[in-house]
Amino acid sequence: MQADYLDGNALAGPLAEIFAADVSAAVSRCAACGQTGPVASLRVYDRAPGLVARCPGCEEVVLRLVRSPDSAWLDLRGAVTLRIPLRDGTGPGGQR
Amino acid sequence: MTRWRVARLTKVRDENGTARTLVFDVPDWPGHLAGQHVDVKLTAGDGYSARRSYSLAGPEGVELTVQRVPDGEVSPYLTLDMEPGDELELRGPVGGWFVWRPDGPAPVLLVAGGAGIVPLMAMIRARRAAGADTPFRLVYAVRSPEQLCYTDELLRPDPGVSVSLAYTRRAPEGHPRPPGRLTAADLGPYGEADCYVCGPTGFVESAAALLVGLGHDPARIRTERFGPTGD
Amino acid sequence: MTTFTRGFHGRRRGEDDRLPPGQYLAEDFPVLSAGPTPHVPLDRWEFTIDTEAGQTHRWTWQELTALPYEEPVVDIHCVTSWSKLGTTWRGVSLDVLFEDVESTADYALVYSYGGYTTNLPLDDLMDGKAWIAYRYDGEDLTPSHGGPARLLVPHLYFWKSAKWVHGIRLLTEDWPGFWETAGYHNYGDPWREQRYADD
Repeated sequence: MQADYLDGNALAGPLAEIFAADVSAAVSRCAACGQTGPVASLRVYDRAPGLVARCPGCEEVVLRLVRSPDSAWLDLRGAVTLRIPLRDGTGPGGQR
Repeated sequence: MTRWRVARLTKVRDENGTARTLVFDVPDWPGHLAGQHVDVKLTAGDGYSARRSYSLAGPEGVELTVQRVPDGEVSPYLTLDMEPGDELELRGPVGGWFVWRPDGPAPVLLVAGGAGIVPLMAMIRARRAAGADTPFRLVYAVRSPEQLCYTDELLRPDPGVSVSLAYTRRAPEGHPRPPGRLTAADLGPYGEADCYVCGPTGFVESAAALLVGLGHDPARIRTERFGPTGD
Repeated sequence: MTTFTRGFHGRRRGEDDRLPPGQYLAEDFPVLSAGPTPHVPLDRWEFTIDTEAGQTHRWTWQELTALPYEEPVVDIHCVTSWSKLGTTWRGVSLDVLFEDVESTADYALVYSYGGYTTNLPLDDLMDGKAWIAYRYDGEDLTPSHGGPARLLVPHLYFWKSAKWVHGIRLLTEDWPGFWETAGYHNYGDPWREQRYADD
């Protein structure tokens, strides 16, 4: 099968536009199969009208992001939770 | 929140026949961790714009190494046409997962496929800049000698860093390893380590599977894939 | 404020009055996908139309490809801003498939192998405007382009032309699909540049 996806690292830039914390380092739990893992390890399909991040375990959609000129549409219904690490004194990307 | 910043090209350096390092001046650059990347945006005179992601190649400042993709849209411009003084827009640094921090105590195994060397080189350089003594091992797979980046720097002795090259199609004369796909023997024997794998999607899949097969904990294998067209 | 990058032109863009606003001419046929490519064996493939009254009409691969086909030559327009002019397809007109379907529904939800969905008014599938296409440019439709069969509804942005089409549900109420629930326009007319929900 053709490998036609990236990993969740590719979400870091587009999500950095929305969130103050780095979401690619967050841990998500898949609403379909319950698998947990870093957002960075999701499978991201970016050759599409938007970004579609799927669970590496069950391939269900965990997150969708569409950027129009004036809005970002974020659908997180495929994620039960996001655990976002917050370090003291860190900014976007975790650097000081 | 991360905004687009204007980046002005200050210096270029050819790494080989098809890869070029570009050094940008970005006012108020906040600094970054080794392994992070930036998104760049290029806008043509008629308003058409294209975006790509590139890994930062060094521990300080904004230095990108770009591999030219034949028939690509952005990489030919960056590697052939862009001149010092020209500007593009850039967002970052981004990505807090595929990063190495100099205070990390665990030994590190880096596995690069082709242009996947870039963020791993940033880790080697960050280690050197921090004076860290964490043991590093790099396995760098490239198709042929012409595709190597950072050759002189990698071949220069760096205490605590071991470098092995795996040519997949054609090796230089006298190279001890015959050309061929990356195997478990290239990555072994197993030693406890934080693993970082970067390269094209297919390479990353197979290298990560080899590492798991050797006994590495999947939770300690971090990957970064390039898409089918990192052009 | 936009910073222009001197000397950057990007892909060559043609001027053509067949190009809707904001579209560029593609020379290749870009492959877009929101998920893994499903591979459906032809002996298990089927196409269904489910009516609002609960009736199901079903076609196997043999049955579908035995129906009278057309060979439309159409321009296609992807919302990611590429267009491709004069593409040649072979497929069965939805008019043929709907011949024996009784329905007063106004809306259609198209669903695909792999879970993709897209919605459109039923009228947009009728009167020679839409096909279940199974050949492209003289060849069997490849999985990467939506094979064995995809919906072809070229007067709307191409995300409406669902790849790996599995069936159509007829509905009395509109039910937005995969991209339509994520910020894309509910109708998607390229000539009115209906890309995003608020356009």
